Amino acid sequence: MLSKRIIPCLDVRDGKLTKGIKFKGNIDIGDPVEMAAFYYDEGADELVFYDITASYERRDIMIETVQKVAERIFIPFSVGGGIRTVEDMRLVLLAGAEKVSINSAAIRDPGLIGKGAAAFGSQAIVLGMDVKRVSPSQKIPSGYEMVIEGGRTFTGLDALAWAKEGERLGAGEICLNSIDADGTQKGYELRLTELIATNVNIPVIASGGAGAVEHILEVFKEGMADAALIASITHYGTHTIRQIKSYLHERDIKVRMTW
Amino acid sequence: MIAIIDYKAGNLTSVQRALAFLGYDSVITANASEVLAADRVIFPGVGAAGTAMFDLMRLKLDTALLEAYGRGKPILGICLGTQIVMERSEENQTRCIGIVKGEVLRFPEKLSESGGGRLKVPHMGWNRVEITRDHPVFDGIDPQSEFYFVHSYYPAPRESRNLLGQTLYGVPFASVLASANLVAVQFHPEKSGRPGLRLLSNFCVWGGKDHA
Repeated sequence: MLSKRIIPCLDVRDGKLTKGIKFKGNIDIGDPVEMAAFYYDEGADELVFYDITASYERRDIMIETVQKVAERIFIPFSVGGGIRTVEDMRLVLLAGAEKVSINSAAIRDPGLIGKGAAAFGSQAIVLGMDVKRVSPSQKIPSGYEMVIEGGRTFTGLDALAWAKEGERLGAGEICLNSIDADGTQKGYELRLTELIATNVNIPVIASGGAGAVEHILEVFKEGMADAALIASITHYGTHTIRQIKSYLHERDIKVRMTW
Repeated sequence: MIAIIDYKAGNLTSVQRALAFLGYDSVITANASEVLAADRVIFPGVGAAGTAMFDLMRLKLDTALLEAYGRGKPILGICLGTQIVMERSEENQTRCIGIVKGEVLRFPEKLSESGGGRLKVPHMGWNRVEITRDHPVFDGIDPQSEFYFVHSYYPAPRESRNLLGQTLYGVPFASVLASANLVAVQFHPEKSGRPGLRLLSNFCVWGGKDHA
């Protein structure tokens, strides 16, 4: 049977990790390629790079980083942030990424999902969703609204309806980020995760809120997620991926234990 | 030289990058004579069977592949490449190359695990492969290893001698095929970490003999 995936997320700006990641022994790693290699050796099942570079040179820097990562690690990885056109997708995929993640660009131009899927296959297109909890209304019946610009702008789109629409348009996977849970380290938004994961037929990666191994267990058991995105829980050396996986394995969650 | 067959069906650079990491030169080619000049051939691909067969036939790569097989060159099929070596595919009702007898089937619509949980199609992620007999291409690979899959269709070989590995996803299916100098895997060894790299490096030194 399929293993539940553990996916570290690395935020990159101008070709460097936004926060130097501190490990036991205080080794500060700022290079995304070295960091990717570290997580590859550690047993990560996949990696996500999120590029938050704002400069004009961003594309070239990102492509160069993707190429270097692809020469060094041999597990799937996806790249998100600033991908607006099919040509952007092509460059990132040719550089060696397995998948591209589109978020606000898909909301502005939903046709981009289908164009990407037609050109590269659904498996290469991840729909990134940033979601905020709101009072259920006629417009937002699920009580979860799509937001962009880091949660500052509400779009008027219902998250459940958008997830289904994204699947229909050809997305192969959903990366579901709860803005409410993100950064709290108090656990994933389980209700949201379960709502989306049980209403689409494509895999859902839960994102935002992981601060303890228990959170990862519950997002698989109760949230029905197919994969869990993690960041600070491993970035700062609190846990290793092996520790997380051993904990899950002992509790009958199927994870990849040999690498 | 290793030829990676290019028929515009997918991410071939990742296979080449993995070979380069292992120290092997390779050429990505759509040229039938270049395929026949190579010592060994990798036949990868993602996408749909119908389009893939159309492009292979247009480029005369279907006959080149059959001839390379007939000459005993070691051949490795990957993902869609593995489905294309079968006789026909349910996907677009496609007649395929037919090195291995049998069909390519789609995972059933309502697929569930033994506990009753719903399974999504495509089968995407890491899964085990139960190797049914010794084979040089799987030499030294831990039986607990998992490999990275992305597919909605799977090969169903008619003869059990062609079944080298089996994977469970709602139904058991053939994830590895073997036929003389051909080995074909439904997963992506180039994206499967160390076990995948080990498989590729085993293939790169394999003489093309199956001792079954």
